[in-house]
Amino acid sequence: MNQNDMENLIAAADICTYHEVELTFISLLNEAGLLELRVVNESAYVPESELYRLEKMIRMHHELEINIAGIEAITHLLERVEQLQEELRILRNRIAV
Amino acid sequence: MAFIDYYQTLGVPKNASEKDIKNAYRKQARKYHPDLNPNDAEANKKFQQLNEANEVLSDPEKRKKYDKYGENWQHGEEYEKYSRQQQGRQAEYTGGQASSFGGFGSEDFSDFFQSMFGQAGGSTRGGRQTKFRGQDFNAELRLQLKEVAETHKQTLTVNGKNIRITIPAGIENGQTIKITGHGGPGVNGGPAGDLFITFLVEDDSRFKRNGSDLYANVKLDLYTAVLGGEVTVDTLSGKVKIKVKPETQNGTRVKLKGKGMPVYKKENEFGDLYVTYDIQVPVNMTEKQKQLFKELAGRS
Repeated sequence: MNQNDMENLIAAADICTYHEVELTFISLLNEAGLLELRVVNESAYVPESELYRLEKMIRMHHELEINIAGIEAITHLLERVEQLQEELRILRNRIAV
Repeated sequence: MAFIDYYQTLGVPKNASEKDIKNAYRKQARKYHPDLNPNDAEANKKFQQLNEANEVLSDPEKRKKYDKYGENWQHGEEYEKYSRQQQGRQAEYTGGQASSFGGFGSEDFSDFFQSMFGQAGGSTRGGRQTKFRGQDFNAELRLQLKEVAETHKQTLTVNGKNIRITIPAGIENGQTIKITGHGGPGVNGGPAGDLFITFLVEDDSRFKRNGSDLYANVKLDLYTAVLGGEVTVDTLSGKVKIKVKPETQNGTRVKLKGKGMPVYKKENEFGDLYVTYDIQVPVNMTEKQKQLFKELAGRS
């Protein structure tokens, strides 16, 4: 892994400290396929591009007390909603032509 | 400024226990949380109201003050001062504009809340304070079609702050981009929210747009349509001359490759411009012209 790749990774331990979550929470999200983790020298890192998604899931867990299974269901539904909104936008633009 | 019934906001009776309040807040927050309702201004507003109600009702001191003054909140400070004098002791609660509540900015709270609990509305409760992410802001930016033809920068003012953003060429009507961390400030050290900007791209009177392709109608006189020739067509990058084949039919569509919109975030890739001919039948013809048409029609 080169220097540039390293710059885009954030240590999972740092995220856990900042957001006051257990490392197991992040591992469970990873196991559920909701988060991509990279392991470098036996330490877990979160790609910067995944940070927004991860923080959203931490908020769901902390603020709304939603468990991993709930977060998984919500994430899939939100992705579907986003996809449908995008299709709607394209169709609306097409009608306007 | 109107009185806000926080019990009604959370849907609990006035004698609700702390647990009832917590449960009611969690239930409603799951419904209206901004993360579960992206780009929904109504849900965001509702969530803000829930937070405010929860901030007051889940804090025993604030709840006591709210219950005590209730609808007479305007007179709360005077009443409290009077009460202190009468009782010869310190009032139980801090309040008003000089509130000692520390913690976070409460610019998202209502005027009613700020009047009662002060500008800074942080909780005085002990223990771990929940970190709340700041509110997401939504903004709309209207752009002319020609403005979207090139990548450019614009300065926006959002909540009194100037933000300079780059608008990539080819952005679509209704497309939303996220500017991370430019939303409302976080609460209790939580991260700031994000700014979502939705672009409303207006159609140019000359073109209709579908993705990166453009569509235009061009008037063509009958003689050029019949005999062939040239016609000048407007494109986003200026006027171009195109050849018209003899015997061109009304409604014929020709494609000008690469004369459409730039493809979003793909350098040097462009859509096409489709030109539809609208053949104009001559009007106010002279007798001679009419005679010539009759000859053509074999009616002379």
